Amino acid sequence: MNKIEHAKQMKQSKKRNRFIFRSVILLILFGALVFAVVSNITAEENAKIDIHDRAPDFQLERIANMDDTNDSTLRLSDLEGKGVMLNFWATYCEPCKKEMPYMEQLYPIYQEQGVEMVAVSVDLTELVVDRFVDQYQLTFPILHDKKSQVLDAYGIKPLPTTYFIDENGIVVERVLGELSLDRLEGYLQQIVPEET
Amino acid sequence: MNTIKCTTCGHENEKGTTICKKCGKPLDNDKQGTLLNMRYDGSAIRSKTRNRSIVDKIWRFFSSVKVGVILIAIALVASAIGTIYPQEMYIPSNVDPADHYREQYGITGQIYYQLGFHNLYSSWWYMILIALIGISIFIVSIDRGVPLYRALKNQPIKRHSNFLKRQKLYNEYKAYSEDDKVRLLDNLKKRRYKLTEKDGHILAEKGRFSRWGPYVNHLGLIIFLVGTLLRFIPLMYVDDFVWVREGETTVIPSTNQQFYIKNEEFILDIYGDEEEDEIFVDALQNTEAPVPKHFETRAIIYEDVSKDVIGAEPELKEVQRGEIIVNAPVEINGLSLYQNSYQLNEFQTMSFTLRDIEDDDTDIVEFTVDLTEPESDYRFDNGFHIELHRYYPEYELVDGEPTSISNYPRNPGFVFFVTPPESEESEASFLAIGQNIPSGDNQYKLHLADFTVRDVSGLKIRKDLTLPVIGLGAFIFMIGVIQGMYWQHRRIWIHPNEQSLLIAGHTNKNWYGMTKEFEKAIDGTQFTILQDQEQKKDE
Repeated sequence: MNKIEHAKQMKQSKKRNRFIFRSVILLILFGALVFAVVSNITAEENAKIDIHDRAPDFQLERIANMDDTNDSTLRLSDLEGKGVMLNFWATYCEPCKKEMPYMEQLYPIYQEQGVEMVAVSVDLTELVVDRFVDQYQLTFPILHDKKSQVLDAYGIKPLPTTYFIDENGIVVERVLGELSLDRLEGYLQQIVPEET
Repeated sequence: MNTIKCTTCGHENEKGTTICKKCGKPLDNDKQGTLLNMRYDGSAIRSKTRNRSIVDKIWRFFSSVKVGVILIAIALVASAIGTIYPQEMYIPSNVDPADHYREQYGITGQIYYQLGFHNLYSSWWYMILIALIGISIFIVSIDRGVPLYRALKNQPIKRHSNFLKRQKLYNEYKAYSEDDKVRLLDNLKKRRYKLTEKDGHILAEKGRFSRWGPYVNHLGLIIFLVGTLLRFIPLMYVDDFVWVREGETTVIPSTNQQFYIKNEEFILDIYGDEEEDEIFVDALQNTEAPVPKHFETRAIIYEDVSKDVIGAEPELKEVQRGEIIVNAPVEINGLSLYQNSYQLNEFQTMSFTLRDIEDDDTDIVEFTVDLTEPESDYRFDNGFHIELHRYYPEYELVDGEPTSISNYPRNPGFVFFVTPPESEESEASFLAIGQNIPSGDNQYKLHLADFTVRDVSGLKIRKDLTLPVIGLGAFIFMIGVIQGMYWQHRRIWIHPNEQSLLIAGHTNKNWYGMTKEFEKAIDGTQFTILQDQEQKKDE
């Protein structure tokens, strides 16, 4: 009787050990599978700076429409306390051209509500940017990323790429590609600082 | 219960066992006369024993060799399909893939594209397929390797006579002397068989380790697969690219703006320029474009030592200087910079002269536009004023509008405003390569007088710490293959009966070699060769 019970107990513990062993192995293997697939999918988007990340601080020279200011440079951290729409663009990029008028249209409205727009141009020559800004009569600050440093820091691939950053410097939205007027307004509303 | 009781010795064997673990009696009584299946030495394959919980069911699914083979077959077919048309990364980057596949390969190309085969090897389903194969290999190995290991480690020396009788190589000897037996055992020992004895029963065994070959091989494969997974970890793997123009300093990607590179000079040698190339003259006549012989970038690597905010003017300190040549990269901070490609003769400056239409010989003014940093106003002592009103680095007409399609001066276009001295009126003219269009009845005409060009060097930035892991996996894989291929697990059982001696032999492969070896081992004895029972039956 005792022997049988002992054997039963042995069997039980053997069974339990096997269950634990198999579960652990399967968990590790499927964990690796999920890791591989997820990494592969996100590798294409490759968001160096993504939603919920802190937007890296940078400082760039202002160009073009500088009549209204004495500051020749603009530093992102100086805008803390305001919502910031950070737009990466170039004059040779067709969708960028299309969304510029929308930005210009909404700029005065949202500036009053504490949102600043900053457009970082990745053009090589200042001249083309100057001419473009004149032609489109843009009033928000235009920065020139001559050495592609900020472009590299944010890991920008397609143009335009737009970051919507809240008053604490945290990225709320990251948009690849062209924005329509409605969508732009929707995103801007998300980063209007709360009244204190 | 879930056990099979041996009718001879009474040992309780696990369900699925085909040969009694204790006395070696075949447990499939109904199949008398057929040869024994010696796979996994007759031990029960673990997963086939019980499957109750979901974990056991998943385990059982993956432990099936059939499932593994089907997965491999699917992966083979898919991989083959992926080679029918080029993958997306190999088609020109300036075309829309959707159009490209349709135009180049017709309807099948379109289907190919729409089914996603143009990105097959990085598609999620292909990755899952490969991962499932990995899981299958892993579980199959555990499931079969462990019982096999235990069965061979604990194998009984004394086997039931039926076990011997149902081996492929078997014979019964009545006429032999003790001397013959001693001599046989001695010969086997000389042939590096390991002999164990129990109650007069003898087991001679050699090359057991070759049975682990497939499992070592699988271990290598799994390490290999893990190595490919490590590529997704940025610390382990970097694959980036940067274009650097001659004279330009730019940030090296993937270094967090810590390192910068300056292209001092780009050098291209082509075949046919030197005397020693004379032997290639005939071959070169068959090529349309010049054939590059050697290209390199003279580069300086700088480190930004300022701890300033991103975008601020970097404080550059030279850390390295050297030539980046194909296959001879420059190493910096664990990254290798490889010479990858180049673009020759990108415009750098353009010089223009202004002449009166009526006097085409005298230059009124001459000026140079720096295409990397063009100025907008050019004023001259003689009172002329020329304004660069529009500049298109890579000019193209889009819907009748002059537009630039890139940043780079590959096909520059200009709109100039020329204002003569003491005049308010200016004349506009458009200039591009091969184009000189006045805005109206212009009195002055601009001419392209001269230009300078520079080369652009394309550098690949690579870091791959996964290669040692992948190499190790491949090495272990090969060890497994060699282990399993060049050695065989051979066993000889000697079973004394009342009147006779039973001898049976088994090998996991190369039966011919086994027969020959036994032939040599009985040299000088009265023993005869072992009978191949399979062949005997066929006759």
